[in-house]
Amino acid sequence: MTFRRYLVLVGVAVFAVTGDSLVSRGMRQAGGISLHHLPGIILVVFRPEVALGIFFLLAFFACYMAALSWADLTYVLPATSISFILLTLVAKFILHENVSLARWLGVLLISIGVGVVTQGPALTHPAQPPERECLAAPASARSEP
Amino acid sequence: MSQLYAWGAVATIVSASTAGDVLLSRAMKQVGDVAELRRRAGVPTVIARVLRNPNFVLGVTAMAAAFYAMLFGLSWADVSLVVPASTSLTFVTNAVAAKVFLHERVDQRRWMAALLVAGGVVLLAL
Repeated sequence: MTFRRYLVLVGVAVFAVTGDSLVSRGMRQAGGISLHHLPGIILVVFRPEVALGIFFLLAFFACYMAALSWADLTYVLPATSISFILLTLVAKFILHENVSLARWLGVLLISIGVGVVTQGPALTHPAQPPERECLAAPASARSEP
Repeated sequence: MSQLYAWGAVATIVSASTAGDVLLSRAMKQVGDVAELRRRAGVPTVIARVLRNPNFVLGVTAMAAAFYAMLFGLSWADVSLVVPASTSLTFVTNAVAAKVFLHERVDQRRWMAALLVAGGVVLLAL
């Protein structure tokens, strides 16, 4: 596991929490949307908070797919559950919600779970050979940042 | 009766999202390490490879089904039951499905992590 890969895992959690929070705030400001007023569902994505939230959720999905390309599902899921810890910290220190003892205990259990899984290997079975197609891209066509 | 509907919704959400995760994971293993592929062939190739993978398309469809099952479930039952129950059970069913369908070596460490997180998610909802 390289530092970059850990960053991708953190990205999964951070982008999911940010995206969910933004969409949730935007939807609540938009008020109730009725099924009888369908254009409302489409127009709501143009609200700045909802649009930004969707952007973050797309970033979450990209990071999640990247992580699954080099790690087991049973590694990625527990490791990225730091999102629940982040959510509780946001609730406590930014939204100033009351966080119960049971919730802190939940945070503790999840933290131990994350610690346990990240101590082990990320991939336990040999990766299938990637699709061998004609990948003869000329060296000049490479896009190296 | 409403209890039955609620758990029916939870079962549907859990099965659909487990199927989605397994299919997406299989798709990405077939695509291969995206960082390496990007270096060799560029970002557009990576995106095209992922979007063209049949398992990816099926996985996203399953995830969409889970999302709609969640919406229906929330209209029948309490958020405080449906969300934590389905989220936490998904960690356990995913461990089983990853072992059976993806042949991941789910050892004691992985089981412990899945169960700790599942338990933690339940506590968060209390």
